[in-house]
Amino acid sequence: MADLSHSRSASAGSAANGSRRLFHNLFVRNFSAKLAATPMIMTVLIVFIGCTAWTIFYSFTNSRSLPSGELVGFDQYTRLFSNRRWNASVLNIMTYGVTSLCFTMVVGFLLAVFMDQKIRFESAFRTVFLYPFALSFIVTGLVWQWIMNPAFGLQAAVQSWGFTSFTFDWLKNRNMVVYALVIAGLWQGTGFVMVLLLAGLRGIDEEIWKAARVDGIPTWKTYIFVVLPMMRGVIVTTLVIVGSGIVRLYDLVVAMTQGGPGISSEVPAKYVYNYMFGAGNLGQGLAASSVMLLTVFIILIPWMLIEFRPKSHS
Amino acid sequence: MLLFAALYYLFPLYVMITTSLKGMPEVRLGNIFAPPMEVTFAPWVKAWDSACTGLYCEGLKPGFWNSVKITVPSTIISVLIAAVNGYALVNWRFKGSEIFFTVLLFGSFIPYQVMLYPLVIITAQLKVFGTLQGVVLIHTIFGMPILTLLFRNYFASLPPELFKAARVDGAGFWRIFFEIMVPMSLPIFVVAVILQVTGIWNDFLFGVVFAGTTNYPMTVQAQ
Repeated sequence: MADLSHSRSASAGSAANGSRRLFHNLFVRNFSAKLAATPMIMTVLIVFIGCTAWTIFYSFTNSRSLPSGELVGFDQYTRLFSNRRWNASVLNIMTYGVTSLCFTMVVGFLLAVFMDQKIRFESAFRTVFLYPFALSFIVTGLVWQWIMNPAFGLQAAVQSWGFTSFTFDWLKNRNMVVYALVIAGLWQGTGFVMVLLLAGLRGIDEEIWKAARVDGIPTWKTYIFVVLPMMRGVIVTTLVIVGSGIVRLYDLVVAMTQGGPGISSEVPAKYVYNYMFGAGNLGQGLAASSVMLLTVFIILIPWMLIEFRPKSHS
Repeated sequence: MLLFAALYYLFPLYVMITTSLKGMPEVRLGNIFAPPMEVTFAPWVKAWDSACTGLYCEGLKPGFWNSVKITVPSTIISVLIAAVNGYALVNWRFKGSEIFFTVLLFGSFIPYQVMLYPLVIITAQLKVFGTLQGVVLIHTIFGMPILTLLFRNYFASLPPELFKAARVDGAGFWRIFFEIMVPMSLPIFVVAVILQVTGIWNDFLFGVVFAGTTNYPMTVQAQ
């Protein structure tokens, strides 16, 4: 920095020299590093910023099957929120999101706590809980669709044991189909939450535990009132990861229910896809995806506040 | 408690395997708990070779090979780019590099659906829409945030004296990377490869949008 300002004062007044210097600073200095970072810069500028801006802009147009430049203001959004299927999608994803978030956090935390008790076969249990995470949502959806199929699955099996009044037909039940998705989603994702939280638990200082034991605080109380608040960072990170995954939910629905019966398990991501590529109503798809973006942004705010707030001195 | 939970996690795997070994009549009898009475591998052969997906009856074989053809190059390219990028971000900072990195991380939270259509236009302009190269490009782009973060944090944890010593000895950007950084970062390469292989192998959305019907990966076919 010092030599830069020095040389600048030496060549002050020469415009040609200045522009050559600018060129030098931009491209020649540290050239290899900039070359290496080019893919990242291109991705950020073109994909993350450019494409997002493009989508937001064209969500204000009346594009049908091809993007057009005719601006129509908030028309697409008003139409979006008066669309029965979209409103059902939003309601479904909210039900799915709240249920799945609660269960995945509570169950994930409980599993992590149990895993933290220095049990035998810990790595075996960890594998069992984590293997579904390595499977795709497509496979998850197909397996659970099979299990929940009333004619072949759990229902048929239990009925064949003599409990003939047993019913488990959530896939065919308009009110329950979202919870069927929750069960499959939990199966796929809770292991990952457990691993994240377990890492957080292991990061807690042993001294805390000793102090709690000396003070005679029961273990469960220590977990809830001491350890849990200390894990705030890990918990918020987990919430953000799980939350932004929920907004994207798509593959599982396609594999398991195709949005049915009727529209009772439609989700926003599927709405976007169908309107963009199927129904030839691009403006609607883009408006819907912009709403998805806004949702993710709202989810991110608490995380940003915690991560980037000015560090306190205490 | 743990054992009970383990049952919930293992049950679908059990169903998947036992049911796949049953013949069709036995499946229709419908007890998913029962182990197969006579083990048959015919369904596996059929799924691989001759099951019908859509209009074609070649089984999952082509989808499997498409998945391989997508996963292998995508993994290699994205991991290499991210490694070099992470190294540049740690040891060769330039003006704005941190800003780009922050935006990159935030970008990973943007729902894919938001960028889907513009990317279709871009890949179409580049004449790679509906080809293997197209999907590979898309996977490389969307693998970048997490992989770069991984490599950046790993390189930052290496002792900076190593880098400085190599600089003093006159080694340049690429030489330090290939002769010092890469040999020291084998574990993180393994993590990155595992992450990418499972992620890309299981991908559905990019496959269905960008690969084109002849290149559909297995996830799209199975669905």
